[in-house]
Amino acid sequence: MKTAPLLPFLRASLRRQLLLAYRRPVDTVNPLLFFLLVVTLFPLGIGPDPSQLSEFAPGILWIVALLASLMAAEGMFRSDYEDGSLEQLLLSPQPLYLSALSYVFAHWLLTGLPLTLISPLFAMMLQLPAEALPVLLASMALGTAVLSLLGSIGAALTVSLKRGGMLISLIIMPLYIPVLIFGSSAVRFAVFGNDSQPQLLLIAGMLSLAIALAPFAIAAGLRISVDAG
Amino acid sequence: MWSFFHKLGSPPWMYRISGSILSWLLPLTLLLLAVGSIWGLLYAPADFRQGNSFRIIYFHVPASVVALAAYYVMAIAGAVSLIWKMKMAEVAMKSCAPIGAALTFLGLISGAVWGKPTWGTWWVWDARITSMLILFFLYLGVVALYQAYENKAAAAKACAVLSLVGTVNIPIIYKSVDWWYSLHQPATIKFTEESTMHSDMLQPLLLMILAFYCLFTCSLLLNMRSELLRQGAGTNWVREQVLARRGTKGATDAV
Amino acid sequence: MQFDSLAAALAMDGHGAYVWFVALVTFAVIAGLLLLPSLSSRRFLREQDGILRREQRAAQQQHTEVSHASSS
Repeated sequence: MKTAPLLPFLRASLRRQLLLAYRRPVDTVNPLLFFLLVVTLFPLGIGPDPSQLSEFAPGILWIVALLASLMAAEGMFRSDYEDGSLEQLLLSPQPLYLSALSYVFAHWLLTGLPLTLISPLFAMMLQLPAEALPVLLASMALGTAVLSLLGSIGAALTVSLKRGGMLISLIIMPLYIPVLIFGSSAVRFAVFGNDSQPQLLLIAGMLSLAIALAPFAIAAGLRISVDAG
Repeated sequence: MWSFFHKLGSPPWMYRISGSILSWLLPLTLLLLAVGSIWGLLYAPADFRQGNSFRIIYFHVPASVVALAAYYVMAIAGAVSLIWKMKMAEVAMKSCAPIGAALTFLGLISGAVWGKPTWGTWWVWDARITSMLILFFLYLGVVALYQAYENKAAAAKACAVLSLVGTVNIPIIYKSVDWWYSLHQPATIKFTEESTMHSDMLQPLLLMILAFYCLFTCSLLLNMRSELLRQGAGTNWVREQVLARRGTKGATDAV
Repeated sequence: MQFDSLAAALAMDGHGAYVWFVALVTFAVIAGLLLLPSLSSRRFLREQDGILRREQRAAQQQHTEVSHASSS
């Protein structure tokens, strides 16, 4: 048997993910709508005072991005698990590490990237000063990638379970905390005109570590889930 | 060397050996706990700034220290079970999670109660308490994941992966929470100056930490024994245990 | 001993409630950690004992039925 070359395989796998998402746009749009909705809730909950809102904005934006990413992570392997293509993937000779990475990359393209791109709009709604926008974009782009990697670990471990929804938040949310801390503080530093490069570098460091290690956990999780199912 | 590993993988051997370890470790643990508690509660000198509320340290610190150590034990057992497919390591890992959660809970409760006379409030978002709370969530996640799986072999493997992921994350979480706290540190009393601790205070504390390590070991062995029996239901050695128990109870309730 | 009397030890200059509460919670957790797994083992052994007895009785009954049938 001749195995397909690696790069075309990964490209095909990525293309398949994006095509599937294109056919079901609801799954991609829902997290963004969720983002918008929760951002709307905050002024209603804590009052419309612009100075107060702008003070809370970095934290709010990051918490909501975190929840939106978590929500999207839950379903990322679901349909492939149910129709058996996940089992095919495990049997294929290509290294599972890279296939897992391609899944995560597709997930980030479909949730993290749109969240990042739309975040300036929500930042404006929450009266975040415009000077902080570049840092917000950079921290979101890096941070949501880490969130995608961690979230997929949870998704891989819970995909065979009937009620994985609540469980994935319980097991993954604690792992999101460092990203939340550094992401929101990067934006807060930028609001006050301080240099937020250290935080961004730290998030980048976490991203590198997550890229190196998370796919192993995702691959192991997928194996366990498929064996259990 | 290898025969030892084979023995370690055998449930009846483990059940027997853990029984004989417990027969002396359990009394020792209770003794250490009793001596440490009485020493700390009644004989150790009071802290000159915090007075007697300082005595909470003799429960708070050992519980917290061992709670964190238990996570690493769980993760190491998980790694062993994944790498060498060792059944006994799965049992150990599964048994660690509820103990760790209980100890973390104790650390949190005692920290909160300590906070009231020290800071005047039950809960402070202090770096250590916050880290402890996150550790509690990590434990609950492992327990919940284990419970969610119908297939217990898969559950153990999934929990092993999760606890390894947690192990990589714990240092990052602790460091980031530390940093976050130093950024927002409110102007309250700092009471964590360990260097000033007098040896009269330190000795009972070290004794209590040792006692809690023994307690953890005892509870781990007891939990493992219970799990071994359940997993071995229907096998010969479990039947022997059942019969042995019947024998010790005497002929009074014989049919 | 740091305290003159039992009352002083219980009061601990006003901090007694906190300290003794933590001590009690600690002892409760310790008791739980040691007793719960032991009780669970014991319950399991009792269940298994019951199952074993039922099986033995069933086997005995079958045996007597068989011998009864063969003797008649």
